Amino acid sequence: MAQSLDDISRQLKKRHRRSARMKWLSMAALAAAGAFLVFFLVDMLVKGLPAFQQAYLHVEVDYSERASELPLAAVKADVRELVSRGYLRLIPNRMQKTPDLLGTQRMEWVLADDAVDQYLKGRKTGLKDKQITVVDRMAEAGNAELRFNTGFFTNGDSKLPEMAGLASAAIGSVLVLIVTMAFAFPVGVLTAVYLEEFASDNRFTRFLEININNLAAIPSILYGLLGLAIFINFFGAPRSSAVAGGLTLGLMTLPIIIITSQAALRAVPDSIRQGALAVGATRWQTVRDHVLPLSMPGMLTGSIIGMAQALGETAPLIIIGMIAYIPDAPTGFTDAATVLPAQIFTWAGMPESAYVERTAAGILVLLSVLISLNTLAVFLRKKFEHRW
Amino acid sequence: MKRFAVSTIGLAAVVAASMGTAHADNHTREQIRIVGSSTVFPFASYVAEELGATTDWPTPVIESTGSGGGLKLFCEGAGMDTPDITNASRRMKPSEFERCQENGVKDITEAMVGYDGIAFAQSNTNDSIALTREQIAMALLEKVPVDGKLVENPYMKWSDIDSSLPDREIRVYGPPTTSGTRDAFEELVLEAVTEDMEAYGGEAYANLRKDGAYIDAGENDNLIVQKLEKDTAAFGIFGYSFLEENSGKLSGASIDGVKPEPEAIGSGEYPVSRSLWFYTKNSHADEVPAMADYVKLFMSDKMISDLGYLKGIGLIPMPEKLLKEWQSKVAERKQLELSDLK
Repeated sequence: MAQSLDDISRQLKKRHRRSARMKWLSMAALAAAGAFLVFFLVDMLVKGLPAFQQAYLHVEVDYSERASELPLAAVKADVRELVSRGYLRLIPNRMQKTPDLLGTQRMEWVLADDAVDQYLKGRKTGLKDKQITVVDRMAEAGNAELRFNTGFFTNGDSKLPEMAGLASAAIGSVLVLIVTMAFAFPVGVLTAVYLEEFASDNRFTRFLEININNLAAIPSILYGLLGLAIFINFFGAPRSSAVAGGLTLGLMTLPIIIITSQAALRAVPDSIRQGALAVGATRWQTVRDHVLPLSMPGMLTGSIIGMAQALGETAPLIIIGMIAYIPDAPTGFTDAATVLPAQIFTWAGMPESAYVERTAAGILVLLSVLISLNTLAVFLRKKFEHRW
Repeated sequence: MKRFAVSTIGLAAVVAASMGTAHADNHTREQIRIVGSSTVFPFASYVAEELGATTDWPTPVIESTGSGGGLKLFCEGAGMDTPDITNASRRMKPSEFERCQENGVKDITEAMVGYDGIAFAQSNTNDSIALTREQIAMALLEKVPVDGKLVENPYMKWSDIDSSLPDREIRVYGPPTTSGTRDAFEELVLEAVTEDMEAYGGEAYANLRKDGAYIDAGENDNLIVQKLEKDTAAFGIFGYSFLEENSGKLSGASIDGVKPEPEAIGSGEYPVSRSLWFYTKNSHADEVPAMADYVKLFMSDKMISDLGYLKGIGLIPMPEKLLKEWQSKVAERKQLELSDLK
């Protein structure tokens, strides 16, 4: 049955219309995804940016005999509740360390209570009218101001919102990631090398590969239970420590590293292996001197992505006790430690509005680190990628 | 192949060695380990922070596991890898005490630190409201008595329950079943009311309705506060400290004629209040010397008396006399007995 030109051009029009429709539909999907992302980012920025500033008050501090016993006595009654307790409680210790302070009075910029901080940022607070007049008066005279919140990056967690910072959690995250990588990278790469370069393709290895792919997709909380059973209960690693957390997250990232490393190894053309074998290299020499260096960029990229995932993970850490109140920075791998996302989770449950602000700010910091890691992965891939 | 084997063995050795050193650290500890109730958590961590800031001891580590979860870990055994202290928003149950004894945790000291009230609160754009426990139960239970027979809860508006109540739809945000706040609310409101009602056959009944009038809002009390700000017709159930912290936005309903205020909660006049506790494992006292200082600081007037810091973050202090009693019991490390708990 011959088709006339008219039929064909009608069909063509229809096909073009359909193609245009699909194009619009996929663009709408992109726009929807983009809108969610923008909404999330804008919300976090609006909520979180104020946390990078912190209120300070310029007050007279009286280092009297009495203040060394009762730190509240060091400042005048009208500002007593406006100054952070975190500052006041350290006065006796400071006076002991520098005895010269005794008997002096000096004007100092001191950390303000979170209620003052929130008031200066224009939020509703529980401040009494009398206290509000004092703060207003001080702000007018330039004795109360918002400054860059260095404490947010140098302090650990605190029950006084104005003192709370990310430092301990950040150090914890670094220690955990060191353990994770020290464990998962060599084990993952060697597993991939064995599966790709040495193992014969039989039922058993295919069974292994299916399982590895499956493991990459199971809920991360299961790794927490596994970590608790193996590392804490069996090997006796201390609860809440970076060792326990790092090894648990290492288990979680292993499948990702194995899969990406296998893909990187597979991308190396066989002619390279054959060339090396032809001049008499052993299997292992071929792998070590030729295949591994060529596939390393791909493996590193995979590891960095795995590391980024481990950095943002909280669920398995709940089980091994890392979601806890741990304000001191860990000094070693066996000390109790917490991590950045755990810190954010803890703050999200606190009633004070200053913590709500810090929660969002913490998310901003975590997002920046993740973006840097992913950028690094893209950069490494672009820089060292081989094309055949 | 040989190098491959060597590196594998080397790696295994490194992992094993790091485990070995971890084991060795477990004998004496500077750092106290605390677990337990999420209600006591903010108070305990405040004390912990004070200990870390003002003494040479490291700040204790506190995990928020819930009262039941905390007691389970605490009673696991007397080894140094078990927690030293557990917090609870209810008293230890006799069954938990027996489990402790079986596992060799024999010398326990009990400490009461104060009270916490459960607020039934709304956005303060509404007029203040007075409810009875019975009215709250009728609004939230799955089955309620109508003309002496139990039927599916028919009430849609508060005014359906009692015409003096406002013409607002019944919508209540509250905690999930895993929460201690939920346990206490069920026991002190729902069970207390239904026990005395003939229609329930003299048995306590605490099934909440599933038709959307009660909304499970998750463990995060902040979320309930945010919901109440937007949904001004709704009520929320959460700990008193959240009400105090958000007093600019929310107001608590008075229950059985009593407003949720510190004095009324402390005296027990406010009907929906509970006491807060912690338990110490005295067999750890020698190996964890910081414990004594922590317990002393927690029980001090500076923390839990009427002038204490913890009042500022929502703890409701005990009356003077009771406080002195508990302070001395804890100071002499009185050993907890089964008869104390019955």
